[in-house]
Amino acid sequence: MSSTSFSRNESRNFYALVALGLFIVFLGYLGMHNMEEHGHIVSGMNNKIVWGLPHVFAIFMIVAASGVLNIGSIGTVFGHATYKIRTPLAGVIAIGLLSGGLAVLMLDLGRPDRIIIAATYFNPTSVFAWNIILYSMFFTLAALYLWTSMEKRMYVWSKPVGFAMFAWRVILTSGTGLIFAFLVVRQAYASALLPPMFIVLSFAWGLAVFLLVQAAMFAWNNKVIDAAILKRMKNLLGLFVISSLYLVAAYHMTNLYFAKQTGFELFILRDGAIYPMLFWGGYILVGSLIPAALVYTPGLGGSKSVVAASAFVVIGSFAFLYVFIIGGQAYPLSIFPGYEVSSSFGDGQIGKYIPSLSEILLGSGGLAIAYLITLIGTRILNTFPNDAAVVASKNDH
Amino acid sequence: MNDVKLDTKTNPDSKPNLDRREFLSKSSIGLAGLAIAPGMLLFDMAHGRPQGEAVSNKVRWGMLIDNNQCETGCNDCVTACNTENGLSGGTKPTDSQWIRKVQLKDTFTGHISSLPMMCQHCEQPPCVDVCPTQASFKRADGIVLVDKHICIGCRYCVMACPYQARSFVHEVLTDQKTEVPRGKGTVESCTLCVHRVDKGETTACAEACTKAGHNAILFGDLNDPDSAISKRIRSVASTQIRADLGLNTGVRYEGI
Repeated sequence: MSSTSFSRNESRNFYALVALGLFIVFLGYLGMHNMEEHGHIVSGMNNKIVWGLPHVFAIFMIVAASGVLNIGSIGTVFGHATYKIRTPLAGVIAIGLLSGGLAVLMLDLGRPDRIIIAATYFNPTSVFAWNIILYSMFFTLAALYLWTSMEKRMYVWSKPVGFAMFAWRVILTSGTGLIFAFLVVRQAYASALLPPMFIVLSFAWGLAVFLLVQAAMFAWNNKVIDAAILKRMKNLLGLFVISSLYLVAAYHMTNLYFAKQTGFELFILRDGAIYPMLFWGGYILVGSLIPAALVYTPGLGGSKSVVAASAFVVIGSFAFLYVFIIGGQAYPLSIFPGYEVSSSFGDGQIGKYIPSLSEILLGSGGLAIAYLITLIGTRILNTFPNDAAVVASKNDH
Repeated sequence: MNDVKLDTKTNPDSKPNLDRREFLSKSSIGLAGLAIAPGMLLFDMAHGRPQGEAVSNKVRWGMLIDNNQCETGCNDCVTACNTENGLSGGTKPTDSQWIRKVQLKDTFTGHISSLPMMCQHCEQPPCVDVCPTQASFKRADGIVLVDKHICIGCRYCVMACPYQARSFVHEVLTDQKTEVPRGKGTVESCTLCVHRVDKGETTACAEACTKAGHNAILFGDLNDPDSAISKRIRSVASTQIRADLGLNTGVRYEGI
């Protein structure tokens, strides 16, 4: 699919979509600039909620980037032809998502101008510092992965690179989980369950994003995806959504069992106003049960249902991360167990947080970067999943 | 070459030469020692550290806070800290607070007390572990600080601190103290008044507490067995906040 095969109208539409993406990136720049100019005082963040909405956007994109490549792994590592032809598309989306996520993470720093210091002063005990290596290597491997899966001369390398990519992305998502798991004093986070939980969440979120992009590409090209392939992919989405639900349940159930954690769990699950609402309504209902129903209910599960299910999974992921990141900080630290405490610094009180426009713009700007890289990448590279050959060879057997 | 070797090894005249050299070098060291000693003695008496001399781990600065002496409602330590370090004294959630008074109510007995809370200057500081750029660091003498030049403002240390002792500078600062560098977009916390300690003085909060007549904050060298703080820690029951974390804090409390 070279660019010359696009008609004039398609070209016009493509540039309109690029312009839309650039406009949102520009809005993101305005949000970042406002925070850079005035400081984080213009954000909703404070000394209690130090990581806010930008981190929700960034972590969604970083986790989903790793998950998208799962499509490639199923193809390369486990040798499944249907998924193998989707590797290039998965690679492009992954690079886009990671770029968007990292851009948000970096531009939310108090001193984004000093980002180079993160490379020149390396602290080997910091999981944040490890993540800098994990992200850089992810980009390199993803680019190599794209090359070896698209360039015929390099096909011979696609398997070893695919294996390396598979291992690396498991390590990378573990690293994301560990950023929180290592926070031993935070009731919301200190759990060894977090790295595996993030890995399974990444499978669901990544596949949901992939299915949305794939649906858009098929619609753009006036093509219909093979029913058997769609069925296989939507069943996989259902499986990942249910697996995520299991790990999230295990995480909350173990916490509920520990008496010292009960207060926190009741806050997140019952008493914390916005947080239980987002958890039950956003993550459980919209992000898990409805998608599972759309995927598995007999009579449903067509391409529209799958698109809706994928969109709901993405919406649910934002609700989940909002509760996990912001709700986790809002609950007061247990500094004096056995005492009721109060102070001018919010000891013993629930932290307040209302996201500001700047944060929403910055986060959306990151999503727009991911969108633009995917849009342009799929246009200039041959990433369209051409199932005809796979379907034909299956029919022959 | 061989001639030279023979000379030094076998020539009996070389010995007196060496002795003379030894005498000269030893006497000059002795003279230098005589010249420096009074200064060193004076410095030792003042408990300061000359500029240019590296911080030593022979010293571990710390504080012992007597909760029984700390008066509920008294905020003198907080005010003194703000004045000393050029903090606004504001108490909005976005304002920096390096020290705060925490009111405690025992949920079982109902006993009410209050205590000052600040960076606990841990021996194993979680903030230092998690900092990606080594901006959070611990000096050899136990003081935990933030290097304002390499802090990128990621706030991971704020997330990791068990004592909620760190603040993020949310807005542009003006009229800063030259001795206390601060900056928008970086993290900060109690420096144990490092600029005063290096001059042989005590911390602003301890000074204010003594001035107010409460004497609840005792500052000193935890490694010196003869210091007032060491003697007191040996004689009364003191505790570390969140001792279960095993961080070996430099700030200890008695009476809680």
